[in-house]
Amino acid sequence: MDFSFNDEQQMLLDTTQRFLASEYGFDQRRKLLESDEGWSRGVWKQLGELGLLAIDIPEADGGIAAGPVGVMLVAQAVGHGLLLEPFLSSAIVATRAIVQIASDAQCARWLPALASGERIAVLAHDEAGAGIDFTRLGTRATRDAQGFSLSGSKSVVYHAPMADLYLVSARVDDGSLGLFAVAADAAGITRHALRTVDGQRAADLDFDKVRLDADARLGADVGDALASVIDCAIAALCAETFGVLDRILKATIEYSRARKQFGTPIGSFQALQHRMADMLIQFEQARSMMYLATERCSDADAGARRASISGAKALIGQAARFIGQQAVQLHGGMGMTDELDVSHCFKRLLAFELRMGTTDEHLEIYRRGLQAE
Amino acid sequence: MDLAFDAEEQAFRDEVRAFLRDKLPDDIRRRVHLGDGSTIDTDIPRWQKILNAHGWGAPAWPVEFGGTGWSKTQQFIFDTECALADAPPQLAFGVKMVAPVLMRFGSPAQQQHFLPRILAADDWWCQGYSEPGSGSDLASLKTRAELDGDHYVVNGQKVWNTLGQFADWIFCLVRTDSSGKPQRGISFLLIDMKTPGISVRPTRLLDGTHEVNEIWFDNVRVPVGNRVGDENAGWTYAKYLLGHERTNIAGIGANQRELRRLKQMARTLERNERPLIEDAVFATRIAQVELELKALEITTLRVIFAEAQNHAPGPEASILKIRGTEIMQRITELQVEALGARGLIAESPGHDPGEEIPRATETYLNQRKLTIFGGSNEIQRNIIAQMILQL
Repeated sequence: MDFSFNDEQQMLLDTTQRFLASEYGFDQRRKLLESDEGWSRGVWKQLGELGLLAIDIPEADGGIAAGPVGVMLVAQAVGHGLLLEPFLSSAIVATRAIVQIASDAQCARWLPALASGERIAVLAHDEAGAGIDFTRLGTRATRDAQGFSLSGSKSVVYHAPMADLYLVSARVDDGSLGLFAVAADAAGITRHALRTVDGQRAADLDFDKVRLDADARLGADVGDALASVIDCAIAALCAETFGVLDRILKATIEYSRARKQFGTPIGSFQALQHRMADMLIQFEQARSMMYLATERCSDADAGARRASISGAKALIGQAARFIGQQAVQLHGGMGMTDELDVSHCFKRLLAFELRMGTTDEHLEIYRRGLQAE
Repeated sequence: MDLAFDAEEQAFRDEVRAFLRDKLPDDIRRRVHLGDGSTIDTDIPRWQKILNAHGWGAPAWPVEFGGTGWSKTQQFIFDTECALADAPPQLAFGVKMVAPVLMRFGSPAQQQHFLPRILAADDWWCQGYSEPGSGSDLASLKTRAELDGDHYVVNGQKVWNTLGQFADWIFCLVRTDSSGKPQRGISFLLIDMKTPGISVRPTRLLDGTHEVNEIWFDNVRVPVGNRVGDENAGWTYAKYLLGHERTNIAGIGANQRELRRLKQMARTLERNERPLIEDAVFATRIAQVELELKALEITTLRVIFAEAQNHAPGPEASILKIRGTEIMQRITELQVEALGARGLIAESPGHDPGEEIPRATETYLNQRKLTIFGGSNEIQRNIIAQMILQL
């Protein structure tokens, strides 16, 4: 049993925190939010130069291979900074999908450009109404003489507008589950750009008989591998969210110390003190579940891995709901404005609750595992 | 970072399991499992003597006093395995409460006399803290001890005294000075329960058990030599006692045991002609509490790890107390709900009403105490607000 971090992990965390503290203040981020693009390619390049886009790439492929704990710490810092750039989408989720599923030649083609920040890739998996498993996937790939023809729709694909490459999951006509690398500018793709409630950029993607060469397919029947990629994505999203929780909780405590009513700081009122004590308890329980999710990322037993990670997503989702709502409440009217950290964090927490399977979906996954024991 | 126990810790756990399998008497195990407390006055000392014969009588004591010298992690493993094996809890008032105070503040004579007797279960200890007007505001206590030659004369009333009907000794907070701040006039006395002037009256609890008492002191003469440490310094000792041995304040093992029982009940009991576990609503409630317990187990291990890195035990224990007690209460609620209306059976002379009846409901009633005693959960939230959040 050991809850410490080694020097390399600590250094990664420090590097990320230092960079975001100097380059990603509230006002700097605010400008990006209001810009047409909604993100900064400059920041993205710098993240690449710092090596942070290579943390989930094996050393043999030129990466840092920071492992699940390294990913957890960087994701936490990224969440704390409310980063708008596609760190999780490209450097963790899509990168991990390529590392885990793609051939050596495909890795050599894509990983260096992803690590440097030159190219951006996203996993296009979620479909409206499909849930997080693969059984109801509507996107289809039909084999033909040259390769495949891809048709279907993907819903709220985070960071798709800035991506060069989509990794699209689809049911292949032989019944297998396929993952396809699709250039963002391929013919037959319609991209409906979206702005999400947490200020990030996303898109609904329609694929209409998109022509793919045979070597656009990553791996063969990738159901198990993709499930593992998605579990790791959820674990990283849990860590990112823990960073947001850290920021919103501290902001609330500080605000309650500074804000005076009836001639005294509102933090001296017992009703508010007990609320904040409950927020802290849920925060610490969320940290424990983040550790659990991180450790289980590499669990070979897929059922146990999914159960733990779903459990973590559910409990952290509940913590996000409670802490977020109470933070707004304790900020009073100021919690309703766009002027403070709190509302920005609040919306990011809402995104966590609804992305990659809702709190209830994950609680249900956990419950089914318990019933099957 | 590594959440799993290492090889050494796992080997220790195996050793504890083997010991419990071989040495925990079946009759005691069965009574603990059934929640049958009718013979705890003999079961607890019997088990303590078995532990002591094995050198495990005091898991948290230093070796020089006859303890094991175990790490906090080993103590946690021991506590957890004992609970999971249906071993009776050790009597906390001796081993975990008065003993650490004696080791730190007691005279050599007190240490030499009392500590071996605690280890060997020769003395049953109880606690005299709360009074009718002094609960959470303990420092306002009024039981007086006045000096008369080489004796104190004690007068007053203590309440919520647990299992004092079996006790040989009581450690008491008494007022020796009323002139200054309430905290400054309290002394810590060890009182022989056979001393004339002590009367013990049962307080019947909502679950029908006789677990707590009122204790009346009427001109009880206590030798000055039975005072621990300095006169009027008792509050310091009491605070030391409360901050001690909080490693397993969350009761992870007991919670896991009761969760295991709940799941067993849900698999056995039927509703609408199906096992209850197949009911999505009920199963989701179990899932929820199981997840909360998993998180608390990791949070507990984090606190233990921090303590091992030389961080003194701190206010984080309040987080563990709040969650551990809330989770236990939730589990006992669900056990009662699993029984449905049959959970209402309190007595059924000459007729076996079925598994877990009336144990589950009695336990539910009894466990309401958890969020009240040991510093109510509201007091714990005050501590978190003041000591951790610095509000």
